[in-house]
Amino acid sequence: MSLFIEQTLNGVQLALLLFLVAAGLTLVFGIMDFMNLSHGSLFMMGAYFAATFVTLTGSFVLGGLIAIVCTTLLGFVIEAVWLRPLFGRGHLDQVLGTFGLVLFFNDFVRLVWGPGGRTVGLPQMLQGHVYFGPNFSYPVYRLVLIAVGLLVAAGLFLLVQRTKTGMIIRAAASDREMAGAIGADINRVSAMVFGLGAALAGLAGLFAAPILTVQIGMGDNILILALVIIVIGGLGSVRGAFLAALIVGLIDALGRAYMPNLLRLILSPVAASTAAGALSSVAIYILLAVILLVKPQGLFPARGAR
Amino acid sequence: MLRYIASGLAVLALGTGVNAETNKIKIGYVNTFSGPNAFIGNDERDGFELALDHLNHKMGGLDVQMIYEDDQIKPEIGRQVTEKLLQSDKVDVVTGYNWSNVLLASVKPAIDAKTFIISGNAGPSQLAGEACSPWFFSASWQNDQTPMALGELLNQRNVKKLFVLAPNYAAGKDMAAGVKNTFKGEVVGEEYTRWPGQVDFSTELSKVRSVKPDAVWVFYPGQAGAQFIQQYSQAGLLGQIPIYSSFTVDALTLPQLKELALGHISTQEWVQDISNPTNQKFVADFRKKYGRYPSYYSAQNYDAAMLIASAVVATNGKLDDKDAFRAALEKANFQSVRGKFRYNSNHFPIQDFYAQEVVKDAQGNYTMKTLSTVYTDMKDTFYQKCSMK
Repeated sequence: MSLFIEQTLNGVQLALLLFLVAAGLTLVFGIMDFMNLSHGSLFMMGAYFAATFVTLTGSFVLGGLIAIVCTTLLGFVIEAVWLRPLFGRGHLDQVLGTFGLVLFFNDFVRLVWGPGGRTVGLPQMLQGHVYFGPNFSYPVYRLVLIAVGLLVAAGLFLLVQRTKTGMIIRAAASDREMAGAIGADINRVSAMVFGLGAALAGLAGLFAAPILTVQIGMGDNILILALVIIVIGGLGSVRGAFLAALIVGLIDALGRAYMPNLLRLILSPVAASTAAGALSSVAIYILLAVILLVKPQGLFPARGAR
Repeated sequence: MLRYIASGLAVLALGTGVNAETNKIKIGYVNTFSGPNAFIGNDERDGFELALDHLNHKMGGLDVQMIYEDDQIKPEIGRQVTEKLLQSDKVDVVTGYNWSNVLLASVKPAIDAKTFIISGNAGPSQLAGEACSPWFFSASWQNDQTPMALGELLNQRNVKKLFVLAPNYAAGKDMAAGVKNTFKGEVVGEEYTRWPGQVDFSTELSKVRSVKPDAVWVFYPGQAGAQFIQQYSQAGLLGQIPIYSSFTVDALTLPQLKELALGHISTQEWVQDISNPTNQKFVADFRKKYGRYPSYYSAQNYDAAMLIASAVVATNGKLDDKDAFRAALEKANFQSVRGKFRYNSNHFPIQDFYAQEVVKDAQGNYTMKTLSTVYTDMKDTFYQKCSMK
């Protein structure tokens, strides 16, 4: 039983990490109708900033804060310099333009930080384990990740659903022109949302850095999962992204944990491990395909989404 | 008399004609030069180029022309660039090849073009056995061998219950099969993870914790290795359950892992402290030129370049005489950084395997030192299935 709880926690922490990335992506898409593939690069840059500043300041919290600020500023710069001209264009142009950014940032990182990866050490206070029983412990750091992820989710929910700014964001998400016509400063809202997305990507990069090792192309894997999540959850919906991230995280973790044992009932051990590896890695894509067939708008579409 | 002179001149003319045509050797080099694992491809190229430096960029009087191609760790891309090297560049030899799946996809075009293909790293079981070829040579090892040495080391260290973790692709399965082949205890858990792209191993590590094995064995080459060891430490398993690895902790990942890897034990066919003049020169010059310790990746590629050079010298630069070239490759008449190097009938080396440990050198750099010799003159287990005798 404790193993099941542990594996569920593993799924939840992966889900919340993915949510931090997916939330920014879905907001930007929902509000600006803009497909931003370079969101994964912001995640990577966040991790590299974290690697640099945590080492430089010797403090995880201080270095982390600087990293998030830097990523947010970088987000504003990217938005102003490279993305704004692409706003009015079709999605294909946007995908191509931002894919170019992905390539640019991968090589930029190689130039600045070198081809090898970086590691970020954990602060002393986050290194330990919490014991829930004699045979059941869980790393403090991953519990902190879960807590921060939940706090951010709650904060985003309050911001979007309960504040005036959130009302404008939602208005802009359901009809950009109309929201502009009744007096909302759409460009400001866009820039703000983009900055918020960049900050979340930076936060995710910071939290991923000690777990994943900081490396070139680390944003690409996470971006694909984040794209799956926002499609499953419904484009532009933060609530959808949260629930879809939970679904994807749990399917991935529990699939990897229990699929081999299930398949061993019908297959030889070697075949079972091979098939389970393959199955659990495609499971979320099967889910994606089914959802696109049955509910093309996603499970929890943003209200008024076209 | 005139006739003799004429024919003599003709021979001379022919001779110079051949020389004029083949006064250089073109070597195609396929490896991973982009993406997160580019540091492996670059390291292997560095080893190969250091050998060229030592050869003054000449092999048996021929100038060496290198053509590098990036496989992006994708079998289909590897095959495509290999075909490009063979057909449009018309290279004399193709080499490089870090990944087993890329090599397996690229071998056939080389064989069809009757061009020698020399692996600098990958050693899939197929090419040592049924699919062995007179056109294929390995400058490294067969995949199963290094983990087999590790399995034997585990027996020596009295490990009874082992948990096996490897990525789900050709080499991952060969490696796991290798450990299981020689390990005499019980394999209490076995997981094959998604490759490439799995970033979080918490699920697998939770299983390890619940099963409580005597030791864990992993194979995670390149960046994934640093990632895995780091997560193993964060899960509180480092120091609790001993971890052994193959191709995971090496000169490339050590600068990242640092003290996390101190004391880590693995097996390898080459260690930087192997004592012979060739190796001492290789390690010293590599460190001077690139400012870091060489890895087995660069060492094998250094050997690959020297192997090719030895065959060019032995055939007096007659690259068209393929049978003579093959016979010269089979002799492997060069000074290997491994000390000794000779070929088995399936064109895989017969060599020693060592246990090695991560230590700190006098300057505080992390590197490996040899602990013991696990196997002497080891042959891979597939050569009898190879039709070449």
